[in-house]
Amino acid sequence: MEVMNLLYAGDGKPPNLCVHCSVCSATCPAVEFMDHSPRMLLAMINAGMKDEVLASNTFWTCASCFACSERCPQGIHVAQIMYALKRYSLWHNRYPEGLVGPDFSRRFVKTILANGKSYEPGYAPAFIWEGGLPGLLYEMLGAVKLLRRGRLQLIPKKIKRVDNFRQMIGRIIPLEGIS
Amino acid sequence: MKTYAYYPGCSLESMAVSYHVSAVEVAHLLGVTLVEIEDWNCCGATAYSHVDELLAQVLSARNLALAEKEQRPDLVAPCSGCFKNLYFANEHMLEDADLMDHMNFALEADDLSYSGGVTVHHLMDLFVREVGLDAIREKVEDPLEGLRVAPYYGCQMTRPRKPGEGLEDVEGPRFFEELVGALGAIPVDYPYRMRCCGASLIATSRQAALSMLRDLLQSAMDAGADVIATSCPLCQINLEVYQSEVNRELGTEFSMPIMYFTQLMGLALGIKPKQLGIGSEVVPVAPVLACRQSQRTAVAG
Ligand code: SF4
Ligand code: SF4
Repeated sequence: MEVMNLLYAGDGKPPNLCVHCSVCSATCPAVEFMDHSPRMLLAMINAGMKDEVLASNTFWTCASCFACSERCPQGIHVAQIMYALKRYSLWHNRYPEGLVGPDFSRRFVKTILANGKSYEPGYAPAFIWEGGLPGLLYEMLGAVKLLRRGRLQLIPKKIKRVDNFRQMIGRIIPLEGIS
Repeated sequence: MKTYAYYPGCSLESMAVSYHVSAVEVAHLLGVTLVEIEDWNCCGATAYSHVDELLAQVLSARNLALAEKEQRPDLVAPCSGCFKNLYFANEHMLEDADLMDHMNFALEADDLSYSGGVTVHHLMDLFVREVGLDAIREKVEDPLEGLRVAPYYGCQMTRPRKPGEGLEDVEGPRFFEELVGALGAIPVDYPYRMRCCGASLIATSRQAALSMLRDLLQSAMDAGADVIATSCPLCQINLEVYQSEVNRELGTEFSMPIMYFTQLMGLALGIKPKQLGIGSEVVPVAPVLACRQSQRTAVAG
């Protein structure tokens, strides 16, 4: 199946070597917030349950902490599989509604492509949906505190050779593809 | 002493300025010169690998090529996220000649090229291994006596490296504890010292991030820590700035100072707090400052 093929391309060993030892799930700090534990997700991939895999919030809840990859006795790079699934679902525009992750990634990338650098306020709007209005107010209070202490910039920095930079990126991916 | 190419990364230009200034001050005092790479670009953080692997790769390739062009074979990154991206981008290109070619094709657009001649270090590696704990100990002027420091490794300074990739022990490193000890402070052991703080989830899965944060703060507090020392701006910002959110949403009452290891080093080396960017905290660090030997004698006398 397509998802499986994609995953073979990633680092580490293919997911079908999984022996269901659950070491990845046991070590995962975010597991209680996932629809499916990492081990379960691997099992679903191996069973070819593409729709269920893509509908899961599991890979969007992955913090990329690499604990699973480091400990998997089979050498499966579980964290890379989570990344691969994020990429796959972004490419295919297939992700559960209401998730902030995909939008966040896109915004972040846009900021970097425009400037060569990232800055916090550029992706602050992503906070709005997650926390609702009270969340936003608290974010702003936090932002005010940081501003007063000189820890928040309001104008994104730019690299000098931004045109060359964009041309360089253009040799890797079509620029309109991600904006 | 040696000169290093220095890659500050985006956070150190904004929310983590105090990490930048303290790193530069401490390096200077220890006889290390950090030269910022000219016109460096964002490493892509983690969001890039979500979107496109090659894109993430080329961002790091450009920074490595810039360091190579400046003829500085050793590159230092203070941010663990940047460090991990640069380190693995380098490894991938060294292992895969096709990838190296592909990157060079893109780099040409900016009149750059890369041949693989750069080694990537984390800032802490630089101090612990290249400068060495003995040399640091010798320079300590104001030991942090009695200060209980919880060293927080975070994720990407050690993971997903394997033993031999510049680390003796990936699962149970002690170098951070040893560094804290060299400053005259007491390193406290706590179970969550290597567990993820959830920084990358704060915007996207807030509940997961806050709960991870709470567990980590609780773990350090239970071990009697006066302060958590970090080696990554993303962890520092998450642990400090979101502490009030944890308190508000999860009903806790944490007031745990979170400082960069370079700030603690600087204090012990006798550098003035202001020069280390101290004073821009959201969670007050006064208890930490009071633990310096000079302050204690001043109070006693
Ligand atoms: S640790 Fe590896 S082998 Fe064990 S369940 Fe997870 S992926 Fe499968
Ligand atoms: S990398 Fe993701 S899936 Fe793996 S342990 Fe960390 S949070 Fe869990």
